[in-house]
Amino acid sequence: MSGFLILCLIGLIYVVLYQISRSSEMVATIQGEEVFDKKRNKILAWSMMVVWAALMIGFYYCHQYMMPKINLIPASDHGESYESMFLVTLIMTGIVFLITQFLLFWFAYKYRKSDTRKTHYFAHSNKLEMIWTIVPAVAMAVLVAVGLKSWFKMTDPAPQGAMQVEVVGKQFNWISRYPGKDGKLGSRNYKNISDQDNLLGLNWNDKDNKDDILIPNGEIHLVKGKPVEFIIGSRDVIHDVGLSHFRMKMDAVPGITSRIWFTPTITTREMQEKTKNPNFVYELSCDQMCGKGHYAMRAIIIVETQAEFDAWMAKQQPYYVQTHPEAAPAVPATTPAEAAKDTVKKLTMNNN
Amino acid sequence: MGNAASIHTHEVHTHHDHAHDHGDHHAHHEHKQHFLTKYVFSQDHKIISRQFLITGIFWALAGGLMSVFFRLQLGFPSDTFPILEKFLGDWARGGKMDPEIYYGLVTIHGTVLVFFVLTGGLSGTFSNFLIPLQIGARDMASPFLNMLSYWFFAVAGVIMFCSLYINTGPASGGWTTYPPLSALKEASMGSGLGMDLWLISMALFIVSSLLGGLNYIVTILNMRTKGMSMKRLPLTIWAFLFTAVLGVLSFPVLLSAAVLLLFDRHAGTSFYISEVFIAGKALPNIGGSAILYQHLFWFLGHPEVYIIMLPAMGMASEILSTHSRKPIFGYFAMILSMIGITVLAFLVWAHHMFVTGMSPFLGGIFVLLTLLIAIPSAVKVFNWLTTIWRGNIRFTVPMCFGLGFVSLFISGGLTGLFLGNSALDIHLHDTYFVIAHFHIVMGISAFFGMFAGIYHWFPKMYGRFMNNTMGYIHFFITFIGSYVIFWPMHYEGIAGMPRRYYEYGAWESFKQFAELNQMISIAAIVVFFAQILFVFNYFVSIWKGKKLTDPNPWNANSLEWTAPIHPGHGNWDGEIPEVHRWAYDYKDDGNGNDFIPQHIPLRPGEDGH
Repeated sequence: MSGFLILCLIGLIYVVLYQISRSSEMVATIQGEEVFDKKRNKILAWSMMVVWAALMIGFYYCHQYMMPKINLIPASDHGESYESMFLVTLIMTGIVFLITQFLLFWFAYKYRKSDTRKTHYFAHSNKLEMIWTIVPAVAMAVLVAVGLKSWFKMTDPAPQGAMQVEVVGKQFNWISRYPGKDGKLGSRNYKNISDQDNLLGLNWNDKDNKDDILIPNGEIHLVKGKPVEFIIGSRDVIHDVGLSHFRMKMDAVPGITSRIWFTPTITTREMQEKTKNPNFVYELSCDQMCGKGHYAMRAIIIVETQAEFDAWMAKQQPYYVQTHPEAAPAVPATTPAEAAKDTVKKLTMNNN
Repeated sequence: MGNAASIHTHEVHTHHDHAHDHGDHHAHHEHKQHFLTKYVFSQDHKIISRQFLITGIFWALAGGLMSVFFRLQLGFPSDTFPILEKFLGDWARGGKMDPEIYYGLVTIHGTVLVFFVLTGGLSGTFSNFLIPLQIGARDMASPFLNMLSYWFFAVAGVIMFCSLYINTGPASGGWTTYPPLSALKEASMGSGLGMDLWLISMALFIVSSLLGGLNYIVTILNMRTKGMSMKRLPLTIWAFLFTAVLGVLSFPVLLSAAVLLLFDRHAGTSFYISEVFIAGKALPNIGGSAILYQHLFWFLGHPEVYIIMLPAMGMASEILSTHSRKPIFGYFAMILSMIGITVLAFLVWAHHMFVTGMSPFLGGIFVLLTLLIAIPSAVKVFNWLTTIWRGNIRFTVPMCFGLGFVSLFISGGLTGLFLGNSALDIHLHDTYFVIAHFHIVMGISAFFGMFAGIYHWFPKMYGRFMNNTMGYIHFFITFIGSYVIFWPMHYEGIAGMPRRYYEYGAWESFKQFAELNQMISIAAIVVFFAQILFVFNYFVSIWKGKKLTDPNPWNANSLEWTAPIHPGHGNWDGEIPEVHRWAYDYKDDGNGNDFIPQHIPLRPGEDGH
């Protein structure tokens, strides 16, 4: 019933608008089209300035309202170069935005129809065209140069000794894996996957797998100030490792291994203090449409000190031991540095 | 059956020597037409354009309504709305929509607005309507193919519409339908029959677009009237030409992507699938690349953005010039910038894929090429500004929309410089920043170009005006409303809020925007109702609008206004007028008029461009 009433009300509004609109046509005929048009043209010219002012005030209030809601503190080194790049782009586009929007509405107002003014027949000027081809070209060159500099810094291979964490997406959660004591992520094959006892399809013949730590809910612990490389994969469809606080993002594509690396610079606890939000937590979101549960594909990232990290790691039990309670944990001793080199080769899922 | 109505323009002939005979015959043919051949299976480009437009309006309303539904979910995630159950049935039992249908609505909203409304409804309508009228031709090069183009479009629409009513729901993997999500029916409900229907519908749409595009190109190149050299063409025609070229060269690639996807779905191939474990079992497919699809998709997908923008740019150029009573500034620079956009449009597709793990070096090249496209776009903006500078502006409804178009194009275009730079895209990719960017620049701004075009050429289409007052209400609500909806989304994107989420309540990082999302939803609903006012105005004005008394109501220069108020099939009663000057001679004609139409012979010593 209330739905019907709302429908009636909406219908009524349209009828009223229609009647007003029709009567304005009538008024025009009575007053004489020309007089009416002239009056209306003047009102509309003014309203262009009003619209411009409304936009500017609106943008200002929007900014005031939004800024406190956004966490503007980047939590990684790459995040910092992202922020400075953002600022450069914002300043350059902001200037163009303010000037062109102003000119547009100002010209519209200033050059409203007038019986006394003759329009200026001005069809082209090579000089002007050159100016506004070359100036944007130079500006673009600057943006490209600055942007690519940070881009190549972000996408360079991870520094030696970076911690490695494998992050794998599946519908609809993340699974993370640490290399364990040997510092090597063992090989895996998607055909070995089992939802009961082998979430990532690890090859149990590979001794590197025996000490790997697997975290089924995708929780990731990172060390402040220590570079970390994410080795990213997917079990089923495309997902995306979205790290909004670290200003990073990388797709997780089945059949392909992708990587990103960064250095976390602020621990979770420090960020809770900085944001004055005791519930603050770094979140890993899925940023590529992956199906029904896409919006809930969340994992937590905890950035902590080395001591806290070590304490946490010491409590973890290798996945092999968890899934093979009968087997004794036999971990061969290799130095982590040596091992890191091999890991890269072993990571393709096809590796038998 | 179309032959009686046809005026044989599809026969090969040079563009003006037969013009005279056709003129004599056409009036005679006009009377024999049956309702079906005149209004349904019509081969008259003017009727076909109206068919495209009305179909486009239908899809815009449907797509808009879908956005209202999913905005209700986004703005009020904990409320229930009985109206949702009325429309969506079991998909929204108790008035709370299911995530599956949420994603279905998002997907179909994107698909129909990008393809059916802003490609079919925009380029389809105005290329059809304006090309013959503005170049001085009796009809398209092949009126029959033109008719087929519409009917392929219509059938594509019917199939898409049917997909909304099947058991497993419509395609729901986003309008980009990336595999493996879209390839595997186990991956999501919408990847079942709904996805097949989506692919078939798109394939038919591509056929429609190719038939139309080839026709537009051939007509523009071969059928211009005497004196209508390429450099005298209105910018609308140039824009339609480049639009058609883009479509003809890029749509086939999407077709191949769709066909390969169909093979992967039904023939056991592995073009896009590799090493997938789903629904408890490992699939045998190895060696395909999910990224291959993205390359193929965006090889169309990016030019598609310009397929949408160029017609809007062309029409805005025409409208800003006409209603400022000034020639368009930098006619050749406008054409050159459109050429620049057309060429670059093919070289920037991978900027949608910076974070797919592709080579960072390759990404760098695409950054360079992407930002290059800002240069021709900037040239166009400055030229539009100079066009209205020192003009004599009449704030007609089309002019308001033309100004709104420029404002939105600036706002949306500039944010492209953030996303095109991979170092920023690595954070902003797939967040609300992207939503804000593309909705403003190729959604709303293209819509403004289209509205400007509809209000401007409505008198030529129907011999009546649309109601001004309703037009102004429509303009102000839509213009302000669009900024209210999309501007704050930039901030959500800066905070990293991901797109295509059904709700954000569980996210510590994004739940603070709940109030804002509510406000955006309310604004979206208001703007939607303003569009209904437009549709109402459109249809009422067809029969009740103020009648045209002057065939050239805007005092415009281009050729379509020399045709009678109600042109028959064949457009001009007598001979097609000969063209003597360019389309933008807005200057004193010596008799107190501030314009000189293209068919007026040059005065001694005058330059005809």
